[in-house]
Amino acid sequence: MLAIETVDLTKDYTVGFFRKRPRRALEGLNLRVDAGEIFGLLGPNGAGKSTTLKLLLRLIFPTSGTARVLGRELDDVSMHARVGYLPENPYFYDHLTAREFLNYVGELFGLPSAERRRRVDQLLDRLGLADSSNVALRKFSKGMIQRVGIAQALMNDPELIFLDEPMSGLDPLGRREARDLILELKAAGKTVFFSTHILSDAEVLCDRVAILNRGRLQGCGELREILSLGVSATEVVLENPAPELLNELQSYSRSAIRTGNRVRIEIAEEAEVPSALGMILRRGARVVSVNPVKMSLEDYFMAQIDNGPGKLPAEDKVEALREEERK
Amino acid sequence: MTGRVASIALNTFKESVRERVLYNLVVFALLLIGAAILFSSISVGIEQIILVNLGLSSISGFGLLMAIFIGIGLVWKEIERRTIFSILSKPVRRGEFVLGKYLGLLLTLVINTGIMTLGFYAALLYQKRTLEVADLVALEAVYFILLQLAMVVGLALLFSCISTPVLSAVFTFSLYVVGNFLEDIRWFGQETGSSLVESLTTGIYYLLPNFGNFNVISQIAHGERIPGYLLISNSLYALLYVSILLSAAILIFEEREFK
Repeated sequence: MLAIETVDLTKDYTVGFFRKRPRRALEGLNLRVDAGEIFGLLGPNGAGKSTTLKLLLRLIFPTSGTARVLGRELDDVSMHARVGYLPENPYFYDHLTAREFLNYVGELFGLPSAERRRRVDQLLDRLGLADSSNVALRKFSKGMIQRVGIAQALMNDPELIFLDEPMSGLDPLGRREARDLILELKAAGKTVFFSTHILSDAEVLCDRVAILNRGRLQGCGELREILSLGVSATEVVLENPAPELLNELQSYSRSAIRTGNRVRIEIAEEAEVPSALGMILRRGARVVSVNPVKMSLEDYFMAQIDNGPGKLPAEDKVEALREEERK
Repeated sequence: MTGRVASIALNTFKESVRERVLYNLVVFALLLIGAAILFSSISVGIEQIILVNLGLSSISGFGLLMAIFIGIGLVWKEIERRTIFSILSKPVRRGEFVLGKYLGLLLTLVINTGIMTLGFYAALLYQKRTLEVADLVALEAVYFILLQLAMVVGLALLFSCISTPVLSAVFTFSLYVVGNFLEDIRWFGQETGSSLVESLTTGIYYLLPNFGNFNVISQIAHGERIPGYLLISNSLYALLYVSILLSAAILIFEEREFK
């Protein structure tokens, strides 16, 4: 089942005061997000990530194209009862305490009083806000507000959670907790759709990612496919190799980088790794590690941003795998 | 639907009553009502007229200040501080949000006007040493003040959906002032003898909110009774006008984008 489906979703903003002209924020976005997956929307600032989320939540309206969330049209407000949303850099009512605010959110979801109380206590506890639950939100730090934001997004125990830059403003501990929480949500069968420009978060969390740049989808694919596709070399780290050995290894390795008494070489051809290792061991050098050099999400990201729009090898491969599964 | 509107209204009420400026205004209004005792004590023979005039005018004036200054920020603040994102992403229709905000501020004004009215009757009791059933007629003026405030909040809310607080305040206050002189404007149009000017002033008369019909403070102060038909016609007029203002605000808000 699809949690989110967008078809040629396009958004133009009007800019300029006297001479109004359209500026395209999102162009023909086609996305399909499966239920139960963690989907990351990546891109630099101004790429169209928040615009996509706001379109899906009907805070802004598409210039053209359509989208469905949990099988419903975007103008069906009742769909919001099944989703949660954390806005980017959230701000909540200064005059309320965290408990009052979450209770208010529960009322908007139409939760019965006892259920509201139970859920508020549970979320305050889960997000480490129990001790500050009766403090006015105006006294909260940015990180604490972010936690309140996550709590309000989960108040209705949603099937689909939209998180716009969820790690923003959190300290390392808070980020770890937020990551754990997102993984917990996935384990509970929820779909998480989040935007971020912090690639390490996406690398740890996402099943699939889409990369946006200047409003255009640059690529979309399964993370494990992307990350296992580009084994470009094998890295071997040696300890105290003799200079003669390094000379002989030049026929295998493109480079040798010395750090202290260790030398790191990269062997381009996988087939040559056994013979190179044999030579190293015969010469009595110590092998510290042997690792495949894979494409990181950052490499992938940079490649897509640099290359501009186009279908990615990873996406082709994922499509082929799906086709195979369908057969 | 009713539950969500009530929740939004109660949150708006909480927000308003936790604003310090509101308390300042109420305290200031009560002080002015108290000062009316002083003024009336130096007005030989017309003590009660002065007290009722000043007291009810204070209630009206400070109610107007509250309605405008809280009303203009009602929606604008939600958009500017981006609290609107977390509300409209819930199963809340935009119309419910606008209606909830309106009713929340109206509730605030009803309670504050109630407090100021108690202050007014306390001042009257202090001056007359007793209260009579006839004194309750002042409540009719208070009711008309509330109807006026309901219309002012509607105007402020409508402008708050499309403009900045400063411009909203200017527009709302201007309409309030013009709305108090609509009879004169129509009379002026009839006096000019020009059919064009007359149609224009008649159009303005029917289009803009007529606050003049609600000004009964002077009659009440002089002990005159308010005719029953005026109570009904003013109630219906305010209800109709507020409905139009809210419908317009909702229509505008439905189309609004929150970037």
